[in-house]
Amino acid sequence: MGQIPTEHGLILAGLLFILGLVGLLVRRNVIFMLLAVEIMLNAAGLAFVAAGARWNQPDGQVMFIFVLTMAAAEVSVGLALVLLLYQEFKTLDADAASRLRD
Amino acid sequence: MILALLILIPSVAGALAWFFGRMGNRWPRWISLIAFGIDLLLVLLLWANYPGEVDFTANRAWFVEVQAPWITSLGIGFHLAIDGISLLLVMLSCFLGIMATIASWTEIQERVGLFHFNLTWTVAGIIGVFLALDLFLFYFFWELMLVPMYFLIALWGHENRTYASVKFFLFTQAGGLLMLLGILAIYFIHGSQTGTYTFDYSELLGTRMNPNTALLLMLAFLAAFLVKLPALPFHTWLPDAHTEAPTGGSVILAGLLLKTGAYGILRFAVPLFPGAALQIAPWAMVAGVVGIVYGAVLAFAQTDLKRLVAYTSVSHMGFVLLGIFAWKELALLGVIIQILCHGVGTGALFMLVGSLQERVHTRDTQRMGGLWGIAPRMGGAMLFFALASLGLPGMGNFVGEFLILFGTYSVSALLTAVAAGGLIVSTIYALWMIQRVFYGPKKEGWKISDLSLREMAAMTAMILGILWLGLYPRPFIDTARHSLDQIQNVVESMRAP
Amino acid sequence: MLDLLWLIPALPCAGFVVLVMVGSRLSRPIAASLGVISVGLSAAVALLVGVDFIWFWPENIYAQRLWTWIAVDRFTPAIGFSLDALSLVMILVVSVVGFLILLYSAGFMIRSEGYSRFFAYMNLFVGSMLTLVMADNLLLLYLGWEGVGLCSYLLIGFWYSDPANGRAAIKAFIVTRVGDASMAVGIFLIFVSLGTLQIQDAVQRAQITWAVGSGTAIAASALLLGGALGKSAQLPLQTWLPDAMAGPTPVSALIHAATMVTAGVYLIARTHVLFTLAPPVLTAIAVIGAITLLIAGVSALTQHDIKRVLAYSTISQVGYMFLALGVGAWSAAVFHFVTHACFKALLFLCAGVVIQGLDEEHNMFKMGGLRRLIPGTFWCFLVGAASLSALPIVTAGFYSKDLILMEAWSSQAGGGWLWLAGLAGAFLTSMYAFRMVFLTFFGEAKATFHKRADITMKIPLVILSALSIVTGLIETPRSLGNITFFSDFMESVLPELPARALNAAVEISVPLASVIGLYLAYLLFLRRRGWTERISGTPAGSLLHAYWFSGWGFDWLYDRLIVMPFVRAANWNKEDVIDLGYGAIAWVSTVSSMALALTQTGKIRWYAAAIALGALLFMGIVVLG
Repeated sequence: MGQIPTEHGLILAGLLFILGLVGLLVRRNVIFMLLAVEIMLNAAGLAFVAAGARWNQPDGQVMFIFVLTMAAAEVSVGLALVLLLYQEFKTLDADAASRLRD
Repeated sequence: MILALLILIPSVAGALAWFFGRMGNRWPRWISLIAFGIDLLLVLLLWANYPGEVDFTANRAWFVEVQAPWITSLGIGFHLAIDGISLLLVMLSCFLGIMATIASWTEIQERVGLFHFNLTWTVAGIIGVFLALDLFLFYFFWELMLVPMYFLIALWGHENRTYASVKFFLFTQAGGLLMLLGILAIYFIHGSQTGTYTFDYSELLGTRMNPNTALLLMLAFLAAFLVKLPALPFHTWLPDAHTEAPTGGSVILAGLLLKTGAYGILRFAVPLFPGAALQIAPWAMVAGVVGIVYGAVLAFAQTDLKRLVAYTSVSHMGFVLLGIFAWKELALLGVIIQILCHGVGTGALFMLVGSLQERVHTRDTQRMGGLWGIAPRMGGAMLFFALASLGLPGMGNFVGEFLILFGTYSVSALLTAVAAGGLIVSTIYALWMIQRVFYGPKKEGWKISDLSLREMAAMTAMILGILWLGLYPRPFIDTARHSLDQIQNVVESMRAP
Repeated sequence: MLDLLWLIPALPCAGFVVLVMVGSRLSRPIAASLGVISVGLSAAVALLVGVDFIWFWPENIYAQRLWTWIAVDRFTPAIGFSLDALSLVMILVVSVVGFLILLYSAGFMIRSEGYSRFFAYMNLFVGSMLTLVMADNLLLLYLGWEGVGLCSYLLIGFWYSDPANGRAAIKAFIVTRVGDASMAVGIFLIFVSLGTLQIQDAVQRAQITWAVGSGTAIAASALLLGGALGKSAQLPLQTWLPDAMAGPTPVSALIHAATMVTAGVYLIARTHVLFTLAPPVLTAIAVIGAITLLIAGVSALTQHDIKRVLAYSTISQVGYMFLALGVGAWSAAVFHFVTHACFKALLFLCAGVVIQGLDEEHNMFKMGGLRRLIPGTFWCFLVGAASLSALPIVTAGFYSKDLILMEAWSSQAGGGWLWLAGLAGAFLTSMYAFRMVFLTFFGEAKATFHKRADITMKIPLVILSALSIVTGLIETPRSLGNITFFSDFMESVLPELPARALNAAVEISVPLASVIGLYLAYLLFLRRRGWTERISGTPAGSLLHAYWFSGWGFDWLYDRLIVMPFVRAANWNKEDVIDLGYGAIAWVSTVSSMALALTQTGKIRWYAAAIALGALLFMGIVVLG
């Protein structure tokens, strides 16, 4: 079975990460920002898996599972915050919630 | 054991005062008064048993010593010891603790329990500073006295208290941190040389290091002590802190806190770095002399009575700095006497200003005048301490200042002459203060009561103290003398190549 | 008897302590008698001790040590007293004149507020002054020295509600303290150089260790001289004394005429050996004394205020004592101190009666004709003025001043110029003294007299008048009986100097000068008042008058040179420039904190972008760097 070069995996992870970052920065809708964060997390996970495969170690996959669980926890908290945000401001625009400035 | 008790009694009393504060305002006052009273009795007991001459040769340099392991892995021990110098300073602490409690008797009406908690803990920290012989422990107490003092100013102070308390804390904390660096550095230097890592003072004495390092470390230590003393140009926290603090706080601040700086130089900075001390001595003496004159001139210009008294402290502490770095026996004895007298005298002045403020609700001298006619006892007491402050013979300050100058003269005649000129300027501010407050025509029709019995009792005790120091200072001199000799011997032996 | 020595200063001090503690609760007669009796007892003890010392004590000096004040190696000043001829004379004058003046004050001050406070301060003064003259070491001497300065301050500002009095008091204390600071440095120098503070030891060691004219000797004596100049109101520190007249008149009599201002004379006489080792300083003393006696005499001639005339006269007479010290006529200086204490106290006390009787009127030009209203006081004043003017034969002042002038002429250190200055001074003295007499007591009455002196005030006047006449007889010139009782007595402390021969012209000139002065005063201020007005009416005359009236402009000069720059600098720096530096640090951190606060937008996407950028930057540094 032909091996996928590690570089390819890492490049894909990088692209995904940049995609997520750009999404985070340009979207104002909180839901989309959460999605973008998920993409970034998964990009990091992918990098772990690729690196694990490179060294023939299970550690990368272990880390990925760790990232998955963490992402699930993060999304549950994040969505709860989104609900509260919507109740408070009647909008999902992240820039509207800037009260922490002062 | 008695040394630990000296620290423990006020701190336990502080906790009790806080707790019983909810039962009534009288409780905390009496608790702290009794605690300081017991402490004072203990010190007097120690003093009565003080042999006068301690045999230094047999390595029994300390009169009473407590040594217990604390954090052994880091070489930190619970090492307290007392010699003549510490004895006198602890005695002063207990005495002024009583006075500060009396001064706060009617002034403090809110959160009385907490106030006395802070008061007693500050004093406990100060006593700790005077007793600690482990550098880590010393630093611990050094910081311990700051925090309650900060609260005393910040919570019970006057109009501008936030500014003053933050300024006080930043200045002293900055100095303290530099000292911590110095402590750690000497700890590691000593450890790497001998293999035993320890914070113990007597072990660290005589640590050899190259002169530049020694100078740097000395400056780090001095940063803390000179800010506390305060020496020019690190004095600017003092007028603000003194002015804004409640009377009891001012008494502790001026009477005791400043003395920790002098004590630190005498006990730690010079003996640990004898060579470096020699190097900077001329500069320090110049700073002292400039401080004498500068503080006195500034005191003259002030219209806020508390600020005026605060600047006189700068002037008097200039004498202390001058005397320490002259490093002559007479001068050092003078420093001890000056410390005691300044503690009592300035404490008394702050108490008088406090009682004046309680009555007329201002500290502005331009609104006072002619008060002698209605409050002659207050005027008499103020006059007495003003005269003490200008160094009138027969009062303790004269003995202190003249001993310092006698000692300094053999080092530098010029500086002595300038310092003697400072005596003229101190005459100007002291007399001008009396003139503006008590003499002249009556203004604004003040109707005030004279000093109460409680205040008179405190004043009498302080007046007698100053007269004792002025007319028969020998008990104090004899107590301090051999300890000073020992420090001098240590320094001399290390300066010799 | 001699072991009662310590009681002499202790009694007035005890009186002070009692008066301070319970004085305000005592009735006036009790407070006054406490003050008067304690000093009176002290005077009695002094007389007893004096008799014992002169007739029964075999040695020249008696020492008594109460307790060691401070003891560190060689530094062992004690609270200890020593009695010799010089200090005995001082003690007797201080305690006896002090007692008389306190007795006078009991009546004089009766209507003043703070009655017991007055007696407390006066007692403290007498106690300090006695300590000063009895001290056996320089530090205790300094204690007394500052103590009398303090009392002077307290008593000048006794009527505190007038700010002018307070200012005069502060001025007196500060100006004398300038001298004191110099003296303190002198004491440091003596201790460091000679290793002792005991006056006797220091003097002996100085003779051995210091060469004549050596720098140390000159420095030490010049510094001590500084202290003496301040206390004795000599040039250039004389400006405080005229203002010191703001105090009650008995205070002026006791402190600012009879005793305290002569402390400088005592100091120099006491340490005269040091001064003989420094001839330039000795010359300076003589010159300062001569100049001071002249300018103060001229100023006295122009004053309106009777007390200011007496104040300038005091400066001038102390100038005579300095002149005597400067030419080495130690015992002549002390002799003049004794006679001066008597007649100047007398003059002040009489002036007090006049001023009080005329409702606090100080201006002599508003007085006049009092001769018939208060004849007793007039005769006493006349005795005092005659003694001050050194009218020949009958007055004590004549014998002492004559002795000084003869010594100034004949001494090795003296000379024609100093003698001439003294002679001119004698002429001026008798002129202003009788100007006072004529303006106050002769002519027509211009005001009504209210209060007569009571008995406690009269007794001191009579005794002092008698003393102003007879004290001269303890030392007379060769041509007039040649009594040398006083100088023989002082011989053990103050050596006689070899004298040059005198000629008759010198001897006759002093009485002549004072009589001419008297006659001129009679002409100008009684007979031909118009002449005076015509002279002072000319532009030059009025200008000179104003200049002399202001005491030769010293106050003006010091105000501009020292006082005002000091006050201005102090006020300018009231907020402490050094604090600005810390203020700058605080300002920088506040501003930078505000600048950084701008980046806190509250917009989460900005934060994310900043994190990303930061991460990128960091990675860039790691990868590229």
